[in-house]
Amino acid sequence: MRAAQKPVQPEALSGRTILDSTAIARIIDRIAHEIIERAGDEHLPALTLLGIPTRGGPLAHRLARRIEVFIERPDAGIAIGSVDITLYRDDLRSRGLRPLAPTVIPDGGIDGRHVVLVDDVLYSGRTVRAALDALREVGRPRVVQLAVLVDRGHRELPIRADYVGKNLPTSAREQVRVRLTEIDGTDEVVVL
Amino acid sequence: MTSSPAWLIKGVRPYGEDAVDLLLRDGIIAELGAGLDVAGAEVLDAGGLIAMPGLVDLHTHLREPGREDAETVETGSRAAALGGYTAVHAMANTDPVADTAGVVEQVWRLGREAGLVDVAPVGAVTVGLAGTRLAELGAMADSPARVRVFSDDGVCVADPALMRRALEYVKAFDGVIAQHAEEPRLTQGAQMHEGVLSARLGLAGWPSVAEEAIIARDVLLAAHVGSRLHVCHLSTGGSVDILARAKADGVRVTCEVTPHHLLLTDECVTGYDPLFKVNPPLRTAEDVEALRAGLADGTIDAIATDHAPHAMEDKECEWAMARPGMLGLEQALSVAVQAMVLTGALDWRGLADRMSVRPARIGQLDGHGQPLEIGSPANLVLIDPDVRAVVDAADLASRARNTPYALRELPARVVATFLRGRPTVLDGKAQL
Amino acid sequence: MRRHLLSAADLDLGDATLILDTAEQIDTALAGREVKKLPTLRGRTVVNLFFEDSTRTRISFELAAKRLSADVINFAAKGSSVSKGESLKDTALTLEAMGADAIVCRHSASGAPHRLAEWVQGSVINAGDGTHEHPTQALLDAYTIRRRLGRLDAVRVTIVGDVLHSRVARSNVVLLDTLGAQVTLVAPPTLLPVGVESWPAEVSYDLDAVLPKADVVMMLRVQQERMNASYFPSVREYSRRYGLDARRMATLPDEAIVMHPGPMNRGMEIAAEVADSVRSTIVEQVSNGLSVRMAVLYLLLGGAHMPDGAVA
Repeated sequence: MRAAQKPVQPEALSGRTILDSTAIARIIDRIAHEIIERAGDEHLPALTLLGIPTRGGPLAHRLARRIEVFIERPDAGIAIGSVDITLYRDDLRSRGLRPLAPTVIPDGGIDGRHVVLVDDVLYSGRTVRAALDALREVGRPRVVQLAVLVDRGHRELPIRADYVGKNLPTSAREQVRVRLTEIDGTDEVVVL
Repeated sequence: MTSSPAWLIKGVRPYGEDAVDLLLRDGIIAELGAGLDVAGAEVLDAGGLIAMPGLVDLHTHLREPGREDAETVETGSRAAALGGYTAVHAMANTDPVADTAGVVEQVWRLGREAGLVDVAPVGAVTVGLAGTRLAELGAMADSPARVRVFSDDGVCVADPALMRRALEYVKAFDGVIAQHAEEPRLTQGAQMHEGVLSARLGLAGWPSVAEEAIIARDVLLAAHVGSRLHVCHLSTGGSVDILARAKADGVRVTCEVTPHHLLLTDECVTGYDPLFKVNPPLRTAEDVEALRAGLADGTIDAIATDHAPHAMEDKECEWAMARPGMLGLEQALSVAVQAMVLTGALDWRGLADRMSVRPARIGQLDGHGQPLEIGSPANLVLIDPDVRAVVDAADLASRARNTPYALRELPARVVATFLRGRPTVLDGKAQL
Repeated sequence: MRRHLLSAADLDLGDATLILDTAEQIDTALAGREVKKLPTLRGRTVVNLFFEDSTRTRISFELAAKRLSADVINFAAKGSSVSKGESLKDTALTLEAMGADAIVCRHSASGAPHRLAEWVQGSVINAGDGTHEHPTQALLDAYTIRRRLGRLDAVRVTIVGDVLHSRVARSNVVLLDTLGAQVTLVAPPTLLPVGVESWPAEVSYDLDAVLPKADVVMMLRVQQERMNASYFPSVREYSRRYGLDARRMATLPDEAIVMHPGPMNRGMEIAAEVADSVRSTIVEQVSNGLSVRMAVLYLLLGGAHMPDGAVA
């Protein structure tokens, strides 16, 4: 029962690199454009990006920065927060204990907002379900969308992403490891 | 008894010394020498075994009458024989209390019927152990039980005037008062030795001074009235110092220590398992060292078990609710070997002195604690010093299971016990 | 962390910090929410087994468990089979058979939760045992200090009063030492345990000398039954030498806080104007207790059962 150790020096992973830092940056840019387009002028001011810890957090921040660049308003102050879903998981009994991560709801809450949940990998869909449960307790957004860096399939719930960086067919035996500079010291997506 | 067959014990080492053969016949050691050959005698090959006079316990709780669910005279006698004992003193805190000739006689008779050890009842000093009025000590002394040791054990004779009278009164029949030294006002609610550990565990402390203050007082009283005093279950280094001084001053005082106070410390209490709750409490490692030294140099006269059987429900509970006391008869010898012989503090002759000779003298049991020589009563124990075994509470002959030694590996094993020439234990098994 | 929380000594620095961090995350997650309920422990059963009256502690644990959606059973010894002579062991086995995932135990006998832990599969949480320990109280105190002062390391904490009989003091000394704080105990010598010099704490008999160097003053309750047992000559003398009044409070450093585990004897160990001052954290301690107990329940029950000491 210890908080996950965060490696300072990234060690090389012996797997298949799916996305490198350039590819990840390109994907962030594309999703940022898509979010702007789908929200439209009407809802963009109500945009709230909520990262799902751990790696949804940096992704949400990167998206917000790029959106501010693309709409040419670096001071737009897009609302960013995070929703830790650990206390909402339904698989606590079968998995080891997890330390909690911060839940930060931006000032003004999420009522009536255009919320985009941001996560690194979409897999069974249970994390997203838990995030939706968590959001329900916090407030009532006008709309909730989902942005993920990688969709690796194997859904166990009727959930899909609105914005997908890369569709990645995998076997259930494989592991998809996302590393981000803010946490892991490097940007890459590797299949192990 | 005369009808029991003769026993020829071959190759045994009395007190761990040179091997000889022993012939037990007509209740005494009839012959002693090398290469004995006696027609018709049962032969016991005792090569490698050590012989000592049968052990004598000054301090046993047999619980009968009153708590036969915890122990009876019979089950306790069996435990004693298996532990190598040929005589035990049965403490008076039964229900009813052994404070009349009737009760001591009953216990004595039950002991005779069981026939495994000589049961010498201890009489209460005060009526109902209440510490206010002397019991009829003379009547108990004159009864067939021939009581010579009197004790309110479990409670202290705290009133100094009453203690003085008791010490004086028993002189008439050469009795001895065995004091449970515990100043009651200093031990109200006490749960364990008062020290660093009691503070950490949040258990009310039983300070060493509560024992030492009473011993000091009683030694002075005994000197003043010229009486014999025996101090039960010494537990502190300070008590040893007081006794050493008193003996040097010529006071007629004797004392005993329990096996558990020679081996276990208050660290055992850490898990709050009431198996380690005992009165007086387990003390520190320094106290254990001082007690071993006191026993080795003779300041402490005897090892006495304070064998205290308790029903399961009195131990499987919260520490504070549990009754104090632990079993001792069946492991006393092994614990003594571990604490005294293997450490080099006592040789086997010394051990025999502290576990048989002196306790028999203190309790005035003439047939016990006699040297292993021709003509002595054939009360003896044969010990295998070389085995080590892990104690299993389920194997105990005692009705109770509250041994503090469970799962502990201890040395030495009683192979046979003879009471007046008749085996009560053979091959480690009780014969009745 | 181990399966049970029996003593503050069960927690190393990592465990203790994790509990405080978790409490903080729970606080943030619930801040400003109308519905203060989490589904985390749905289907788990928490039994409050109270052999000693303590409405505040019981309610705190009850609410903590309910906010995590656990099923809660309150088993007060009074009026139950326990008062009819049922043993602790039988009670334990009964609760075990009912499938208790956690037993929160308050008992007047030191070590009772230790015994309980030997007889049940579920987690045992010590909610105060005799004069031994009260680990969740120490955790909520540490949490309160950290929130108010922003740190625990090198914080100077003075604990004043009946240390001898106080489970709160015992748990606090152990936990605060683990967390790097410096503890000073202040009491009349009669109310300090033998062997206190081996504790990781300074000892003083002089409250006035200590207060100017204290970041935290924690006042202990003086139990009624001590007042007539010659531990000190009179209530008035105790109050004069060891009570915290406005004059003494004024000698504290500017940022220092005043704590009390409650219930207070106003006018005895603590003056009313001190208890109600801005330095006082007494009300916060109650709400922090809730967060800390939620954290403890989550950390003990939130994962799959693992062998003692296993790291997940």
